[in-house]
Amino acid sequence: MSSNPRDESLEALVGQKYRHGFVTDIEADTVPPGLNEDVIRLISRKKGEPYFSFDWRLKSYRHWLTMREPHWAHLRITPIDYQAISYYSAPKARDDAPKSLDEVDPKLLETYDKLGIPLHERAKLAGVAVDAVFDSVSVATTFKERLAKAGVIFCSFSEAVQKHPALVEQYLGSVVPYTDNYFATLNSAVFTDGSFVFVPKGVRCPMELSTYFRINAAKTGQFERTLIVAEEGAYVSYLEGCTAPMRDENQLHAAVVELVALENAQIKYSTVQNWYPGDESGKGGIYNFVTKRGECRGASSRISWTQVETGSAITWKYPSCILTGDNSVGEFYSVAVANNYQQADTGTKMIHIGRNTRSTIVSKGISAGHGQNSYRGLVKVLPNAINARNFTQCDSLLMGDQCGAHTFPYMEVRTPTASVEHEATTSKIGDDQLFYCLSRGISEEDAVNMIVNGFCKVVFKELPMEFAVEAQNLLAVSLEGSVG
Amino acid sequence: MSMLKIDNLHVRAGDKQVLNGLNLEVAAGEVHAIMGPNGSGKSTLVQVLAGREGYEVTAGSVSYNGRDLLALPPEERAREGVFLAFQYPVEIPGVNNVYLLKAGLNAVRTHRGLPELDAFEFLALVREKMKLMHMDESFLNRGVNEGFSGGEKKRNEILQMAVLEPTLSLLDETDSGLDIDALRVVANGVNGLRRADRAIVMVTHYQRLLDYIEPDRVHVLSGGRILKSGDKALALELEKRGYDWVRQEAAVA
Repeated sequence: MSSNPRDESLEALVGQKYRHGFVTDIEADTVPPGLNEDVIRLISRKKGEPYFSFDWRLKSYRHWLTMREPHWAHLRITPIDYQAISYYSAPKARDDAPKSLDEVDPKLLETYDKLGIPLHERAKLAGVAVDAVFDSVSVATTFKERLAKAGVIFCSFSEAVQKHPALVEQYLGSVVPYTDNYFATLNSAVFTDGSFVFVPKGVRCPMELSTYFRINAAKTGQFERTLIVAEEGAYVSYLEGCTAPMRDENQLHAAVVELVALENAQIKYSTVQNWYPGDESGKGGIYNFVTKRGECRGASSRISWTQVETGSAITWKYPSCILTGDNSVGEFYSVAVANNYQQADTGTKMIHIGRNTRSTIVSKGISAGHGQNSYRGLVKVLPNAINARNFTQCDSLLMGDQCGAHTFPYMEVRTPTASVEHEATTSKIGDDQLFYCLSRGISEEDAVNMIVNGFCKVVFKELPMEFAVEAQNLLAVSLEGSVG
Repeated sequence: MSMLKIDNLHVRAGDKQVLNGLNLEVAAGEVHAIMGPNGSGKSTLVQVLAGREGYEVTAGSVSYNGRDLLALPPEERAREGVFLAFQYPVEIPGVNNVYLLKAGLNAVRTHRGLPELDAFEFLALVREKMKLMHMDESFLNRGVNEGFSGGEKKRNEILQMAVLEPTLSLLDETDSGLDIDALRVVANGVNGLRRADRAIVMVTHYQRLLDYIEPDRVHVLSGGRILKSGDKALALELEKRGYDWVRQEAAVA
């Protein structure tokens, strides 16, 4: 029974390549590699920013110089040469920034079509408004007018800094201060583009909002910054997707996302992250070092993070909730995949400050090949957070015997009225469950998909409908042939 | 011709020789019971027949309807009509019980050149079989064996068997952990599947099961080989006298 006829077809499946690895050949305006105050002035000037923004960048840069790269995560990182990275790259526009989709370079539209993200509104994506960020700039935002009618502002961050400076100044850095951590501080100094969302009091955003991030240029970093504000009673659901070409060198992606929910507001933030993960031997891939944090500032507000992390060579991110308002709710649903030589160190922080605050953490880690997957989470309940409640569930699924799963739960509870629950399981696919399916006539590939999707089901059902299907497909591609 | 012909089968699991020259022939239409002391290799036998990895066949052969069964991967065996009712059915959280069953049935049907059943046809079929197994509707929406009691798991195995209509059914201690009512239901399910063109091999510790599913042949498996075969009377004798006398008899011979 040792020579199983299945093994050969598995080999073929393992050979499946990353599907978004192409490069768009487009003329780009890229600043030379290196980081100093002049580069920061240059970025700010290119963006035509007001003084407050420039000043903030400079403060951040000067602070960054005093900091050291963190190494506490369960990751092996090839040293990053911050002077070898270009901090700004934009597709060369014919004149200036495009004013409508008709002025967007057709090559760019083609790129997004290839990725399955049609930017033409006539080919609209199931009623989803899209902001497309290509390297350092936003190239198009769809459905702007329809959103404006509802009072919703959805535009690129660069545009927001120019057109809504007061709002940006009020909220920028209010959740993730520029001194927060090494990568967030770097981002604060050199951030290029990203999305800005403002949903005014009492407005329910009429459609899903989505940003699509694409790294194209070589030897560049992507430092996007996203800020979402939901005023009293507002609701918004936002999704981001990411891809990059296949390159041999590692590329740095250090983003910051800040969410602010005022009283009774709700923000649902979903991520389907599929940056290039590197090849089967671990060469190349994106370093995804991201700071995401939301503050439930008002009473009874709610922030939900849902993430499906299938890409990147290294993922280092902890989407977190600061539960300041009484009765506020924070949620974190995550599926993280580490296949081949991918490494993921991800989780969340739930900081309970207000009374009766509640948080839920559901983390599903899948490790295959030589992948290393760590859940790292902090639940902190401060003395005033009377009756705070947390439920944490961390499940790990191992495929094969070369991979690893690790769980690092931290709890800090400073009130006796709090209730904190933690459940963790680790299971191995490949033996009992797989054989059970096979013995019912189901093929190995279908069986693995079935088991993995079942494992992730509670997270997938938090995703907007259209993306839940995409997430399932993505997972199937990322794990094809991982059992053998 | 026998449907299943096991010839001089030797199987090793790790360092341990579990089966040691086992011979067994099962003809279509027959029900065989395999009994024997703990650790005699009963479960290993059915697992190897179903194609579980982790066992090494060091000698011997198994032919099923004239084909080399051991050369087929497990999913092919299932599609060819071999079914294993597990002693310990696994839980697969998040995967719908019926979804798994539908995927299995359609894989088997496609293999047989039959059209796949759509959701409505499939549901009608499952509902009919569920009635037979005295299972309530909630089974439809639960995860595969997720949170099932021991008895529910066993019933679910026989439900799957009833839906898949296998040619050769292997029942691995399907009676263990069942109360008398559940045993009756399970036995009825199995008996409902007896047909001239199908065969059943059941592994059991207890003669009790054989009161409900009457075997044509009873075999005593010990030390990795079949030491004695007989009819239903042998099972009664085993219940009275245990296994030692069979072993002694075999040692003398």
